[in-house]
Amino acid sequence: MDLLIFQAPILMVQASLDGILLGILFALIAYGMALQWGVMNIINIAQGELVIVGGYIAYFMYKAGVHPGFGIIVSPIIMYFVGWGLYKLVINKVVDRDLFISILATFGISILTQQLMNFIFGSDVVVAQSNFGTTMFFDGMVTLPNAKIFAAIVSIAFAIGLVIYMRKSKLGRAIRATAQNARAAKIMGVNTEKVYAATFGINAALCGVAGSLIAITFTLHPYVGLPYTVRSFMIVIIAGLGNLPGVAISGMGLGVFEEFADYILGTEFRIGSVFMLLVLILVYRRFKLSRKREYLK
Amino acid sequence: MKKSNLILYGTILILGLVAPFIFPGFKLQISFLWILIVLAMTWDVQGGQMGYNTFGNILFFGVGMYLCASVQIGMFFPLAEWTEAGGEKTFVHTAPQYFQGIVFGLLLAGIIPAIIAGLIGYGILGLRGHYFAICTLGLGIAAGEIAGGIELIGAGQGMTTPPWPKNIGGTELRSQFFYYICFGLVIFTFLFLQWAYKTRFGLVLNAIRDNEDKAEAMGIYTMRYKIIGWMVSAFFVGIAGGLMGNMVGYIEPVEVAFAGPTFGVFMVLMAILGGKGTLWGPVIGATVFHLFKEGFWTFFLGWQYVALGVLIVVIVVFFPEGIMGWLREKYPEKFGEVVDEADRKAQVELK
Repeated sequence: MDLLIFQAPILMVQASLDGILLGILFALIAYGMALQWGVMNIINIAQGELVIVGGYIAYFMYKAGVHPGFGIIVSPIIMYFVGWGLYKLVINKVVDRDLFISILATFGISILTQQLMNFIFGSDVVVAQSNFGTTMFFDGMVTLPNAKIFAAIVSIAFAIGLVIYMRKSKLGRAIRATAQNARAAKIMGVNTEKVYAATFGINAALCGVAGSLIAITFTLHPYVGLPYTVRSFMIVIIAGLGNLPGVAISGMGLGVFEEFADYILGTEFRIGSVFMLLVLILVYRRFKLSRKREYLK
Repeated sequence: MKKSNLILYGTILILGLVAPFIFPGFKLQISFLWILIVLAMTWDVQGGQMGYNTFGNILFFGVGMYLCASVQIGMFFPLAEWTEAGGEKTFVHTAPQYFQGIVFGLLLAGIIPAIIAGLIGYGILGLRGHYFAICTLGLGIAAGEIAGGIELIGAGQGMTTPPWPKNIGGTELRSQFFYYICFGLVIFTFLFLQWAYKTRFGLVLNAIRDNEDKAEAMGIYTMRYKIIGWMVSAFFVGIAGGLMGNMVGYIEPVEVAFAGPTFGVFMVLMAILGGKGTLWGPVIGATVFHLFKEGFWTFFLGWQYVALGVLIVVIVVFFPEGIMGWLREKYPEKFGEVVDEADRKAQVELK
């Protein structure tokens, strides 16, 4: 099977390019997860569902006759308020509790959101046509949909924009201060409650951008959220919290891995291989750390 | 054993034994309740007693289910042809074949998951806290996705379990048969765990929950106990899975066998609702949850899973101590805790 790859270099180039473009999208979602994990110490299992909700916003714009590309502007704005509301409703009660409580509570939100999406949007697989066309390389042997290139560029732009915002703006400074030491930040006059709400909102907005990009490049379905959560979790634990270049690189790595798994093992094992990779990475890290008598914290 | 305990256990035993005759219409439902109690109690071995919140016990449930059905079929007929035939029954088990199959199937459905738990335990139980939770979550889902790709056990379409043999009695006998096996399993699990929690094993589990590093420093080889604990859970969950597969009659990888969003969450929820870390908590939690589920599910008409999501959030956010925890706070004397009145007053004032 692995011989096939070396016998078919075109396929390999295709898979790598697809994987890198896909991985940039994953990295954007993972960036949101790293943000809330670092600041609020919460692991949000409903991250993938936020992505899918954002995608459906773009899809409905497409249905209404607007070009779905504009979803990257509308979706984050709506999703910011969704995230903010979610924080005020549930998340603020689990912020300073045990991490497992937040995992379980957001798991509940994830099930709830899946089912609501199933009722409201229907259980069909949908896609928003962007009509961006495709670009050919090597005399048409490698084809890349322009929508994917567009998605990658938009993701990078949003990520860079957010990094600058976090560095320069007042809210960004407050968020970083809260991440370092919430108590000290509170003493210095930072309203941590507001910071948390804003952080969760920004995370949801990032998910909204990623979702609307997924709507034009891939397909949407109410039940495909959890793999996005697991991918972003995986990227964050490989890269580490607060390591943004690491997030980008491991995101691309994961994208390439997935495309290759798709080609070699077959599409039916694609999601399974992602979850297996998560298990293997965690176990590998555990053995590596246990030599020093340490463990993943 | 105290006299009041004896009366309690006797009542439950007699109620359990005569229940199929008092409520003949609810035999299957009560059998499901016993299965759910087993799931909640075995989850509590990790989640409550050991402090390792696992989402992965559903893996053993699914493995047990597939294994039991495969053994039942594979002992007498070619498995691949059976799954290919789908709903059409070209092969028929005779009564002795059926019972031989189910005995071996259930035994293996307990033993093999326990071995799997032992093999993967060393790698996975070294993780702690939320890493362990997410890793086991991934494990359960990966198993479902992989099982959905294997042709031999029916891939995504699933497989049917052997039907009840025709010439020995109708569905009435079948549901009674499974009812008593389930009841036996729940009694055995309860007594085993009750005994195990009283031994050194139970103490070590609690030590791991309270402070694993200190437990290790005291000279306890914690990894060994963690693995044994997981193997115990896997054994009972595997048998429960095998029984569940036979009672439902149809195995499907994502919805029935490795059903993370249903049974995988139910077991966590039931243990937390009842109060984790107690022997009776999961039992009470499972009973309350099952009664609620069966009593109110029909009113939601398709909105069950929305209700489930709300229920999870409400229980976890507002009621994490569970019923037993609440009782314990209210009546600490009944739990054998010595109450210092002055201390209690000081606590109240502090609040």
